[in-house]
Amino acid sequence: MSVSDPVRRVAIAGNPNCGKSTLFNALTGLRQKVGNYPGVTVERKEGSFHGSHGEPMTLVDLPGSYSLQVRSPDEAVARDVLLGRLPGEPRPDIVVAVVDACNLERNLYLVAQMLELGLPVVVVLNMVDMAEKAGIRIDPAVLEARLGVPVLPMVAVAGKGLVELRQAVSRNPLSVPRAQAPLPEALRREVAQLAARLDSRAAEAEALLLLALHGENGDEPGRYNPKILGAVREAQERLRLQGLDPVSAPVDARYAWIQEICDAAVKRPEQPDAGWSDRLDSFLTHPLWGWLAFLGTLGLMFFCIFWVAQKPMDWIDAGFGALGDWLSGRVPEGDFRSLLVDGVVAGVGGVVIFLPQILILYFFLGLLEDSGYMARAAFLMDRLMSRVGLHGKSFIPLLSSFACAIPGIMATRTIESRKDRLVTMLVAPLMSCSARLPVYSLMIAVLLPAAAVWQKVGLMVSMYVLGVLAAFTMAWLFKKTLLRSETPMLLLEMPPYRWPAPRSIALRMLERAGIFLRRAGTVILALSVLLWALATYPKPKNPEATPAEAIAQSFAGRMGHAMEPLIRPLGYDWKIGIGLVGSFAAREVFVGTMKIVYNLEEEDDDAPLRDTMREEKREDGSLVYTPLVCIGLMVFYVLAMQCVSTLAIVYRESNGWRWPLFQLAYMTALAYTAALVVYQGGRLLGFQ
Amino acid sequence: MTAEALLSGYAVGQRGKVSGFDLPPARRQRLQEMGLTVGCPFEVVRFAPMGDPMELKVRGYHLSLRKEDAAGIRVVPA
Repeated sequence: MSVSDPVRRVAIAGNPNCGKSTLFNALTGLRQKVGNYPGVTVERKEGSFHGSHGEPMTLVDLPGSYSLQVRSPDEAVARDVLLGRLPGEPRPDIVVAVVDACNLERNLYLVAQMLELGLPVVVVLNMVDMAEKAGIRIDPAVLEARLGVPVLPMVAVAGKGLVELRQAVSRNPLSVPRAQAPLPEALRREVAQLAARLDSRAAEAEALLLLALHGENGDEPGRYNPKILGAVREAQERLRLQGLDPVSAPVDARYAWIQEICDAAVKRPEQPDAGWSDRLDSFLTHPLWGWLAFLGTLGLMFFCIFWVAQKPMDWIDAGFGALGDWLSGRVPEGDFRSLLVDGVVAGVGGVVIFLPQILILYFFLGLLEDSGYMARAAFLMDRLMSRVGLHGKSFIPLLSSFACAIPGIMATRTIESRKDRLVTMLVAPLMSCSARLPVYSLMIAVLLPAAAVWQKVGLMVSMYVLGVLAAFTMAWLFKKTLLRSETPMLLLEMPPYRWPAPRSIALRMLERAGIFLRRAGTVILALSVLLWALATYPKPKNPEATPAEAIAQSFAGRMGHAMEPLIRPLGYDWKIGIGLVGSFAAREVFVGTMKIVYNLEEEDDDAPLRDTMREEKREDGSLVYTPLVCIGLMVFYVLAMQCVSTLAIVYRESNGWRWPLFQLAYMTALAYTAALVVYQGGRLLGFQ
Repeated sequence: MTAEALLSGYAVGQRGKVSGFDLPPARRQRLQEMGLTVGCPFEVVRFAPMGDPMELKVRGYHLSLRKEDAAGIRVVPA
């Protein structure tokens, strides 16, 4: 503990699936902040709690990682915090290393690396109840003696062992580990030599990590000066000459040590029971039942997203409508009232309406993640995903994007390779999100007003399929060209199935809802105001003008007119152009904009709009909304990047404008071309 | 001389021990850090419905990897 910072900093570290977050939540409750580490889009979770004498302490939840030899941005952050070399982030005073008692050997690997850091460490042996049930008996006293640090049995979900942990981290002074994995003599010598040249607070640990570097740790060399890197290469060469492989020697040494410790401290059942988790797996990964269960799970999830969410969405809609009416009654008629009601309330309301869907999505994602099913989904899907050069893990972001691309893009953070993460972000918005639904519904109603339900559903499903096909094709294309890289390695832990803790799922839903609402309150608010201005100014000279006449000569209307030559080859007129401009920020705005364009904004129902559109004629008397125009328009909305919120989140997640602008360009080009092919191709074939 | 084979050729239920790697350093290191070190015993648990990836039981937990990588892992019967 340093003198200048009297609040002790405790870092929680551990493998994914070890119950780290449960422990973090149990200690901090709602006293937590979620943000980002500066400069990287890795989530930073910090909370406060009290030591055993009531002294305030800060708790940092490090991203889950398997090793300090990093592979993903998440792991790099965990390592850099522990090494004390992340700018602006003080080095923790003590590390709480959480291990899963059911999976001790593999979990102790990261612990072995942490013991090399020279920081005080407390090992938390989590889920001891599950281990006992599985017949695994662990002697904490033996572990403690061998590891040279306190070892505390715990059941974090039930809050068991928290008192002991508070005591352990409150001890004064904290003691550093008394043991670590013995390294081969030759390696130890090289570590000492290299450490002497490093300016680091954990020089030996850093030297060891450097010596195990191999040519493919892309982001690493930049951190060190060429002299150091040259010394590393020379040391590696010397080790190889002595028959020691620098890449695997430290790994082998740590695991050999761990195995010795486990042989002394752990008793396993002679005949391990297959267990319900294994039996469940033979069903859930079965060639037939596995797929059915998978499709059933997705089906249920989407049923809830689209149907169960409907009622609360209606309430939100009504709520914003009422707010608008209330404001209309208070604020005198004029531009300011229009700004508030038509710009701010309508614009923000149009996005907040998706909150129930996002909450349900995160509920399901939390359930799938915490139960362990997500790993099985990736296991099932990996073959398909690897065909286009992606990882089974890219499947989850793409799936989430069916509800909304924003959570989908945020979910790409677990993807290890930067290129694969970018590819996934670039194609995620091609999955039909729920904001496209109103557009699809309207166009299907215009196209097939009297058709049977199955025909309408069939057309709707084919739009979803088109989006999926486009996403996979584009991913394959990007992996072959722009973001060329090998298909990433799949190394997937299949954790045993567990009952999810409702509390941690609820906390995560709250957290995500908060992020989403903050976005609606900032970026989306600003854009709503901008679009309102485009559709309102300049005002018509004639005060008696109808809203349709007003929008026709506003900036948006002029843009629609200006666009007409460009969109005429797609069969669109300038009125559709206004719809495209108006829905640039958010696709679903298309319906509302078209109502204004056709002077139907007083109508709550979409039926008059449908009928008006069906009868709308061009100057030559032909129909505007021919089947080809309707289908082309739907195809356009499947493929076009008509969502400023998505662009904003891609900007944030990719740290710059380059990728979101590229995404906007390629998706617009794709959408335009596809709509052109539908319209012109269809006409060549004799359709209308 | 033990019968050295490639992990990718093993069938469900077969047990063995890792005897060596023919993989680039990055892939090898990752496998080793996940516990698949030389000498480590394992059992093949299952293959995914489309034949790939495969799931192993190693060091008391379940790990899946692609056959493509398993083809770079040399194994001997346990």
